[in-house]
Amino acid sequence: MNALKITQLKKYYSNGLLALKGIDLEVKQGDFFALLGANGAGKSTTIGIIASLVNKTSGSVTVFGHDLDQEPEAVKRCIGLVPQEFNFNQFENVFDIVVSQAGYYGIPRKKALERAEICLKLLELWDKRNEASRELSGGMKRRLMIARALVHEPKLLILDEPTAGVDIEIRRSMWEFFKKINKAGTTIILTTHYLEEAESLCRHIAIINKGEVIENTNMKSLLENAAEEVFVLNLEKPVEVIPSILGCNIIPIDETTWQVSVQKENGINGLFVGLDRLGIRVSGLRNESNRLEQLFLNLLTNKKEL
Amino acid sequence: MIRKDYIIALQTITYKEVRRFLRIWVQTLLPSIITTTLYFLIFGTLIGSRIGQMKGYDYMDFIVPGLILMAVISNAYSNVVSSFYGSKFQHNIEEMLVAPMPSWVILTGYISGGVMRGLIVGVLVTIVSLFFTDLKIAHPVMMVVVFLLTGVLFSAAGFINAVYARSFDDISIVPTFVLTPLIYLGGVFYSIELLPEFWQKVSLLNPVFYMIDVFRYSVLGESDVSLLVGFSVIILFIVTLLTLSLRLLNKGIGLKN
Repeated sequence: MNALKITQLKKYYSNGLLALKGIDLEVKQGDFFALLGANGAGKSTTIGIIASLVNKTSGSVTVFGHDLDQEPEAVKRCIGLVPQEFNFNQFENVFDIVVSQAGYYGIPRKKALERAEICLKLLELWDKRNEASRELSGGMKRRLMIARALVHEPKLLILDEPTAGVDIEIRRSMWEFFKKINKAGTTIILTTHYLEEAESLCRHIAIINKGEVIENTNMKSLLENAAEEVFVLNLEKPVEVIPSILGCNIIPIDETTWQVSVQKENGINGLFVGLDRLGIRVSGLRNESNRLEQLFLNLLTNKKEL
Repeated sequence: MIRKDYIIALQTITYKEVRRFLRIWVQTLLPSIITTTLYFLIFGTLIGSRIGQMKGYDYMDFIVPGLILMAVISNAYSNVVSSFYGSKFQHNIEEMLVAPMPSWVILTGYISGGVMRGLIVGVLVTIVSLFFTDLKIAHPVMMVVVFLLTGVLFSAAGFINAVYARSFDDISIVPTFVLTPLIYLGGVFYSIELLPEFWQKVSLLNPVFYMIDVFRYSVLGESDVSLLVGFSVIILFIVTLLTLSLRLLNKGIGLKN
């Protein structure tokens, strides 16, 4: 079953901007789906329409079989939204924000109190329940929005840049949390500018550019299409003459650091075999940028290197 | 039959609204009590004793109903306009827009908050008035009905103001340049019988006049126009403003792109 099906979705803004040029998209139930695109590509407009915050111009949106035009309340009941911007009342306390959200979904107060407690404990905010939301740190505010979105137990969770501005430790723990709830059956749609995040979490991916879906595939096959990978090598000793190794392009950064582009068909083994033959020993290795980032940039600039 | 989940959502919004104005009672409840007390002192006790009688009543007794209703009007209006615009400004109105409840539930929730604040302030100001005059309420049930109708009408007006407001300046323009003149020229401090005939007719175009007149009847048992006309005008304005409010909310004017 499709968790989400979008057909020929168009959006004209009142200033004449055509934000979506008739996009088609399907997200399967249980999927962890990445929706990527540059700023202004149309991601937030798409999410806004799905979540009933933006009026569409034409096209259809179906969530778990419910049509947005015919059964808007059934659609809303299925969705939990974590928006990009903090959009809770800054003067209310943490617990009241989550309990009120449950009330808006028609959950009786006794049950709302129980669910709010569960969600706040899950997101490690229970100790902060009586604090005004404006007093929370950036990471806590993000987690509060997630707790609020989960309080009515949605089948489809939409995360619009959920880890923007949070430190690495919290980001990693949020990833683990998202993986856990996805494994438990919640379908997740994620937009992010951290492509490492999408690569690490998502099974399917769609890339939107200027209001059009320019790629829609599964993450594995997309990454397999990468033509080359870039690594940074730390050498044990300085090397004066830059060697030539088949399928590799070496650019020295300093005496003991190289940036090496490795062609996919040669693989990283070929690089190490070549270095070993020349007696060059490597003390450290890291990716210069992740593969998805390169693919993303290639797609946006229409470089057909895939 | 209204669905149970709608009732829960409505209760949640109303509870949130009441909690909001009670949390900041120094800003929301206290000012009206102080202002009205000053009116009673200055216009009622000090100046009023020199004015003499108005329509056969002591001047203090005459102005009490108008001053009570003035507090109800301004509180109902300002509660909804500031709360709803605040929700728009902070974007937390989105919490309600993404939830499965119809627009009328959201509207009713905000209006209930405005009516509650108007009612509480109205009762408090009535209690204060008892320190200045021996107030005997002629029709207490009608008094409560007028409280409620006035609260609904001006809460809806505040809601419309908030929908169209684009800045905090916009939510003070209407109260300053429209609402206050309508209240002051609506017969709080005088009977329209004192006005020249032309201005009497102009006063009849002011909806606040009918509210104050009907309210004065409920307190003193005396009014300038018939009750039927007074209530009809109030109901007409309520229906018009509620219809417009609901239409704006359904279309997402000022809320959705």
